[in-house]
Parts: sequence; structure tokens; C-alpha cells
Amino acid sequence: MKADGIRVENVSKRFGEGSAAIWALKDANLRVAPGEVVGLIGPSGSGKSTLLKCLGAVMDPTAGRMFLHEELIYEGGWKMGDLRALRRDKIGFIFQSPYLIPFLNATDNVALIPMLTGVRNAEARHRARELLEALDVHHRATAMPAQLSGGEQQRVAIARSLINRPPVILADEPTAPLDSERALAVIRILNTMAQRFDTAVIVVTHDEKIIPTFRRLYHIRDGVTHEEAGEGRSPGG
Amino acid sequence: MISLAGRDILHSWGKFVFTGFGLGLLIGVTLTMAGLYRGMVDDGMALLDNSGADLWVVQRDTLGPYAEPSGLPGDLWRDIRSVPGVAEAANVTYLTMQVGQGERDIRAMVAGVTAGDPGIPGWPPRLVAGRQITRGHYEAVADMSTGFALGDTLRIRRNHYTVVGLTRRMVSSNGDPMVFIPLRDAQEAQFLKDNDAILMQRRRAEADPSLNRPGIPGLLEAVLGTQTNNENVNAVLVRVHPGFAIQDVAENIRRWQRLTVYDRAQMESILIGKLIATAAKQIGMFLVILAFVSAAIVAFIIYTLTMDKIREIAVLKLLGARNRAIAAMILQQSLLLGLLGFVVGKIAATFAAPFFPRFILLIPADSLRGLLAVGVICALASLVAIRIALKVDPAEAIG
Repeated sequence: MKADGIRVENVSKRFGEGSAAIWALKDANLRVAPGEVVGLIGPSGSGKSTLLKCLGAVMDPTAGRMFLHEELIYEGGWKMGDLRALRRDKIGFIFQSPYLIPFLNATDNVALIPMLTGVRNAEARHRARELLEALDVHHRATAMPAQLSGGEQQRVAIARSLINRPPVILADEPTAPLDSERALAVIRILNTMAQRFDTAVIVVTHDEKIIPTFRRLYHIRDGVTHEEAGEGRSPGG
Repeated sequence: MISLAGRDILHSWGKFVFTGFGLGLLIGVTLTMAGLYRGMVDDGMALLDNSGADLWVVQRDTLGPYAEPSGLPGDLWRDIRSVPGVAEAANVTYLTMQVGQGERDIRAMVAGVTAGDPGIPGWPPRLVAGRQITRGHYEAVADMSTGFALGDTLRIRRNHYTVVGLTRRMVSSNGDPMVFIPLRDAQEAQFLKDNDAILMQRRRAEADPSLNRPGIPGLLEAVLGTQTNNENVNAVLVRVHPGFAIQDVAENIRRWQRLTVYDRAQMESILIGKLIATAAKQIGMFLVILAFVSAAIVAFIIYTLTMDKIREIAVLKLLGARNRAIAAMILQQSLLLGLLGFVVGKIAATFAAPFFPRFILLIPADSLRGLLAVGVICALASLVAIRIALKVDPAEAIG
């Protein structure tokens, strides 16, 4: 059996104390295998963002355990001292808006984090160009974000999330601003990249257009996760 | 490593250039203020240099002749000349007054120089045009900044003088240009009264029984004579023989003539420490205020620029960028903005300096200090923005 890329066991998150306490997550469970793309869906306020923040190591769960590649990363506290390094090396992020740095071109947006962390500029840019080519936006490698279409920007953001070959990618509503065709293209790319780089991808979404494409879904309601089988419909292409 | 600050500036260069230009004008004003102070000191030094004196002999217990009024008998120079070690001694008068030419007049320091050969203390050491004063009356040598030309006729009190020579950088410690005229004329300009005043004084003297004594013929005439002739001078400038110690000569004059004598260092301290001290403090206060204003402006600009990028900063932190990379971006932007402002300010000050009525002396050391101060101010001003950026929660990038 293939080891999980990421596994969440009974993770809870409480905001406030005493009678004012609110449980945003209640014993949430989730696991994603390397190369797999799963959807995390649920209404607003259900706990999706809270779970994503816990997975992204920017929020401390109140209880539970989390594993990355079977390595325990959280149990009553983070097991790695440098959460910044954990996020940089082990987790890729894709946002609803691409949030590209407006004063860097597409290549440098992708290569930025390695360049800021000691990798030689030439090497980082080479890796970035490879990813842009894989995502079919290499022809816009020198374009500034403002010169890119929404779909191109999102593909550059996907390339950025992959630059350090993380075992996990967390995508927060990555297709929300896109039309159906582009939204499905993004999911297609995520599937391809997940398999190519053996990455576990969690896509938080409300987007009805893409929900049928997931083979597995986690439905979250009132902080409780429910695993469901998806339709696994092909995103086309 | 990639320079985020540099890329940001290149991307939105218009904003930076305009901001840097505005900041530059402020820095230019600051540099000009510093140059104004340097110019005042240099004016004072030029006054001392151009006098050609080693010692200034003045009325006892005064700070004359530049900082306080000083009066000495006009024949005292002979006694001083006889002191061992004195090579040359010359009377001199200084009076800051309005010098007219036709309808216009300018403020100038009128120096009365003793008749004799050029080169004795008090004379203008160098001319850029014309000749030195050769006649005992009604000739003048003027500094070029007066605007007078050779052959012009200028007016000092009731008398008219022909400009026969021009000098350069001959100014008082206040920056007023100097006009040299013969000593006699200068004494008249400084001490003599107008005809009506003389007439009234004569009447008062005649009415005074203590002066108008029929039993002592000639007394009244003698008194009136002393009232209408004034042989006083402001100072005697002394040049010391090369083989003699200046301090020894000064001490001899002090002891035997019962006068106050200043050497060059003491005169410098009077000019800088007393005469321009208030102006220097005023300029210092302005410099401090300008430094605070510059810091506030830079802090506000950098704060605004950082707030504009707060989402990008959250994303960078979420993606794993180190705090020092984010802090470096803000600090570098602040420093580059300061550098741009400094370059604009330096150029503006350099080109604007000649148009100021007072001498503005921009010295490289002040520019270097200014650059360092701008660097420190920009670094400090960026601290607020850096603090905010470092407090940004990376979770803000999600949801």
C-alpha cells in the first residue's frame, strides 16, 4: 500500500475559551496519497480555511496529529522548529487569486523563493523555466503579471507552488475567478503535476464546475469531515 | 540573490522618481542650510585672511573690531610699531553701512585703510581688476559682489568715490561685501557729524560756562577743534617679524600699551563662537527640524509602500521567505529612496547655491556627512514599516 502524502488524524481547533469557545474543527480526518488530487468542499464557515491553515502550518491545531510522508509533524505542538522551512520545502500553496509579485516577471515569480533562500539565481530560473514549460506558459516567461491572463497567472502560481517539489500542495479555491474552460484546465494541470511530481494535492473549493472531477472528496460541515467518493469525471483536454 | 527592492523600484519607477525628487528638494534645502553655515564661517575666515594681520590690537576689554565697537587713538600705531617683533602696524576702521550708487544702495562693510604701499595690513591683498588706492581721498576698491564696476561713482555719506579696483571674496563676517577707502575718508564717514549737528554742538559749547571762559582765551576753539576732528581708529593691525613668537609680541603690547590684543586663533573664536553663534544655532535648529521632517516623510512613504504590498508580504511569508529577506526589501527601498533624494538634493543645492545672496559653501565632507545622515534617517524611518511587515500573519494569504 502506498504511504500517505499527508494524513490528518482527529484534528480539532477551538477558538476562544470557556463558554465563548467555538470549535471550528472537530476530530477532522483526512489523508491524501502522493499523486492524488482530492477536493475539500463545504459551505462558508464550515471549517475549510481553518483546516487549510492547520495543514499549511500557519495555525496551531488544538488537538490531533498530522503526518507528512508518514513523518509526524504535529502532535500537541509542531515537531519541526522552523515552520517557515516546513512551508517552504514541504508544502506548496495556490490561492484563489494568484498573488503573483507584481514587480517580478513570470519566471522570477516562480523562482523567487529558491532565489531568496540561497539557490543560485541561474539554477532557480532554470527550474522555473522547466516548470513554466511543463505548464505551457513558457512563452510568457518574461511577461509581468499584469500582462498575463487570469488562466496564465494561475498556471504561473501553480508553477511557483511546485518549484521546491513539495510532497503536498494546498490549493485554496484556485478556480474561483476562472470560467469553466479555464477552471477545468487548472484541475487538469493539477492532476498532471500531482502524478508527475508524486505530489498530494488538496483543493478547497465551492466550484460546482470542478467538483465532479475529483475521485475522492472530503465534505466538511460544522468542522467535521466526511469522506465521499467523487464522480472522477475527466476534466477534459 | 535577487533584489526585490530594486525590482519594485524599476517596476514603479515613476512613483519613486517623483517621491525621490520631492525628498531631494528637502535634502537640497538641508544641504544648503549647512552650506550657509559653512559660508558664514568661510566669510569670517576670509575677513581674517584678507586683513593680512597676525595680531589685532583693539580698545581694552572689547571684542573689536568686528564683534564690538572699538576706538583707539589714531597715532597709537607708532607706539605699537616700536614694540620688538612688530614688522608692520597699520590703522584700520570698519563700518557696515549703506553704500549708494545713483538710485540704488547696497549694504557693505566700508574699511578705511591707511595710506601707504599696497600689502600693508588691512589692504585688499589681491585685485581682479584695476589698481589699488593711490590717492589720499575719494578712491575706492570694491568687492565684485557689490555690483560696482571700474570707474563707477559710489556714495558714502556725503562724499563720492571712484571705483579704481575690484576684489573678489572680500566680505565681512555677515557676508556683506567690502569697500575699501582711504582711512581719512573712512574716519570722516564713521565719526564726523553733519553740518547742522556741528553747528548745534558748537552753540552748546559756547553756552557752556565751563568751556567758554573769557579768562582763558583759545579754550573754546580748542574744545571745538577736538569735537570736529576725530582721529580715532577701530583697530591696529599688526604683522609680526618671522623670527618672533606671535604670543610674545602680543603679550608685550598688552603689558606696555594696556590694550587688548587678539591673535588669529582668538579672533577666529570671536567670529565663530560669538559673532555667528546665534545664526549657527538657528541653522542647527533648522537642520534638526529638517532631519525630523525628512525622517517623517521617508517613514510615511515607506509605510505607504509597504502597506500597498501587505498581501504580497503575507504570501512571501507563507511561501517560506525569511523575515530578513522581507526586512531587507523594505530597508533597501528606503535607502535607495534616500540615495535618490540625496543625489537630487546635492544637484539642486549645487545649482541653486550661486543664486543665494549669501555665500553658500558646499564642502565634500558635509555632503558625505549628509549622505550618512540620510542613510541613518532612512534606516530608522523604515523600522516602522519593517515592524509592520514582520508582524503580518502569513495566514492572511489564505481565506
